[in-house]
Amino acid sequence: MVSPRTSTSESHPASRLEVRKTYKLFIGGAFPRSESGRSYPVLAPDGRLLANAARASRKDVRDAVVAGRAAVARWKAATAYNKGQVLYRVAEMLEGHGDQLAREVAEAEASTIRAARRAVAATVDRLVWYAGWADKFAQVAGSANPVAGPFFNFSLPEPTGVVGVLAPRASSLLGLVSVLAPPVVTGNTVVVLAGEERPLPAVTLAEVIATADVPAGVVNILTGRSAELAPVLAAHMDVNAIDLSGAEQPDRAELNRLAAGNVKRVFASDDDWTAPPTLARLRAFVETKTVWHTVGC
Amino acid sequence: MTLEYAPAPESRDVVRIEGSYGLFIGGEFVPPLSGGSLRTVNPATEETLAEVSAAGPDDVARAVAAARAAYEGPWGRMRGGERAKFLFRIARLLQERSRELAVLESLDNGKPIRESRDVDVPLAAAHFFYHAGWADKLEHAGFGPSPRPLGVAAQVIPWNFPLLMAAWKLAPALAAGNTCVLKPAETTPLTALLLAEVCQQADLPPGVVNILTGAGDTGAALVSHPGVDKVAFTGSTDVGKEIQRAVSGSGKRLSLELGGKAANIVFEDAPIDQAVEGIVDGIFFNQGHVCCAGSRLLAQESIVDPLVERLRRRLATLRLGDPLDKNTDIGAINSRVQLDKIRHLADSGDEEGAVRWSPPVTLPERGYWFPPTVFTNVSQSHRIAREEIFGPVLTVLSFRTPAEAVAKANNTPYGLSAGIWTEKGSRILWMAEQLEAGVVWANTYNRFDPASPFGGYQESGFGREGGRHGLAAYLDV
Repeated sequence: MVSPRTSTSESHPASRLEVRKTYKLFIGGAFPRSESGRSYPVLAPDGRLLANAARASRKDVRDAVVAGRAAVARWKAATAYNKGQVLYRVAEMLEGHGDQLAREVAEAEASTIRAARRAVAATVDRLVWYAGWADKFAQVAGSANPVAGPFFNFSLPEPTGVVGVLAPRASSLLGLVSVLAPPVVTGNTVVVLAGEERPLPAVTLAEVIATADVPAGVVNILTGRSAELAPVLAAHMDVNAIDLSGAEQPDRAELNRLAAGNVKRVFASDDDWTAPPTLARLRAFVETKTVWHTVGC
Repeated sequence: MTLEYAPAPESRDVVRIEGSYGLFIGGEFVPPLSGGSLRTVNPATEETLAEVSAAGPDDVARAVAAARAAYEGPWGRMRGGERAKFLFRIARLLQERSRELAVLESLDNGKPIRESRDVDVPLAAAHFFYHAGWADKLEHAGFGPSPRPLGVAAQVIPWNFPLLMAAWKLAPALAAGNTCVLKPAETTPLTALLLAEVCQQADLPPGVVNILTGAGDTGAALVSHPGVDKVAFTGSTDVGKEIQRAVSGSGKRLSLELGGKAANIVFEDAPIDQAVEGIVDGIFFNQGHVCCAGSRLLAQESIVDPLVERLRRRLATLRLGDPLDKNTDIGAINSRVQLDKIRHLADSGDEEGAVRWSPPVTLPERGYWFPPTVFTNVSQSHRIAREEIFGPVLTVLSFRTPAEAVAKANNTPYGLSAGIWTEKGSRILWMAEQLEAGVVWANTYNRFDPASPFGGYQESGFGREGGRHGLAAYLDV
């Protein structure tokens, strides 16, 4: 597959007409167009048309949340080893799609192909890093608690449920994966709004995820207008947490207010995506569950 | 033949209540700038105990400034080991003055002296003792090599465990190196003011702890003050949402410990006598004024009738009355407002077709009282099965399979706590996994410990109090 409206691939004779890709939404493991039938033009920084992306509607957001909710039980119940392998499989698939993604990132971000390749490599490495946390985070974040009584008491991190993610607008792939991987590896399902101006790498990532053993509905990716969709996601009563890192600073206060309707966990940070990640994002989307049991014989 | 107990009242002489109290700002009791005041009453008798100040916006500004000065001054510069020693001192002072605190708590709150003496006060001291030890070990808490405090913490607490909630808020905040402005509840300010005196006796530097009495508007002014870096709130989910909205976009860190509607799930193989005790502890402890109260009894269908029968027999032995009487099990409802709310919700149970039962009990003529109450014939859609009553009212529902128990237990926007009663270990662990609740008690209920993280899922709030996890709420991590 080749990204459309660019130079024809050298591997084909000039006489062959390129088969372009339709950029779609990713909901519940399927690739629908927006139920609204709308699309919007995605332009390169120099104004060239790169593609028409699906312009998701509020209904698409709600459908994606339904898909995310339906997938929670199965993904939460998957063993940590399995989650780690699934994330690692995404990294494997991503590596294989490296050329395509590098082209899309280069076009989206107006970077050199070399810089885009570095971004893709960093993205793969980041996924590998997070994949490794799947069966370790509970050991680091959990505890046995020495209470003053005849009880065995322990605390463990658990997924909070469905996490809404506003993906970074500037970093179309590395930033996207940096916010997508932590809630997924900790057992949540996600509804991601791709950066409005640079959504094409996100759609290709969805195609990678669809072939990487990620159960349907664990990752849902929407493209469209942030101003239209972000408030719907922030206010949705069946979303447990939201990552506002991709929202512009002035918009965060209002989205945060909307999130209070069902006491969402709200996370936002302005990370340098090229810097090594911390545990902050892993901690942000888990609940600590504490279990007491009597001790006796 | 009925054997009557002779009264066994704890002496009031151990505590001296002032006629009126100022605000505790910068290490001193000062009159409020706005000059407002509130009366606090003994809910068991409706007698006025004292007048306390109602802090206005100017007082909030003064307290936040005092906390800021202490943060940028002595407290911020102090080594962790020295901070620790202050907290150890406070723990010891609470132990030394424990009877005084327990009597005062029972007078102001209405809870039985048995509970204030054996639960509230010892746990408050334990919270300071536990967190004292963290003050010089924060680099080992798992949040990086040098976690920083947040600054000035605004802390708003409820009336159900007045001293204990103050300890839950202050101890971790101070251990992490923050300074605090604490607002106790409108109806239960007195033990927090005695805690202020304890801070004086401990020679805690002025401004490290400030205590502002007042009503909801004082709390609103406090959490909205721009000089505050951290807001911690325990109370109702409605107010919690308002606070989350109020701090949106301010950059303030927030932790919320809100309401609950916990399921206490009893399987047919459960140790029934222990389960009955656990059901009683779950919903009638502290008159049911407990956010994690086991207010929905989910009983396996095969044992509903015998379980309810045993529960009724047990409830008939509970003694309701004078909170200062050492034999009292059920004290007074904390306020007229809360009593009205409990009555209103209980009445809705009648109207929606549930069957109400209470043991024969004589309610005192004065004061705010509500008998222990059990509703059967309840469906999940009833208000009494959905809404937090925050009173001594239990609703009984049934289930057939573990999966049905889970579905019913999780059928709530809350997620604070749950109880499981069964002898089958693998079932306990499976249930504990499935329940969406921050605290799960297996074959026990309503246990608390400073080393044990406490806090909710979903609309029961976020952030944890207690344990290593609770430190994160007061550190820049």
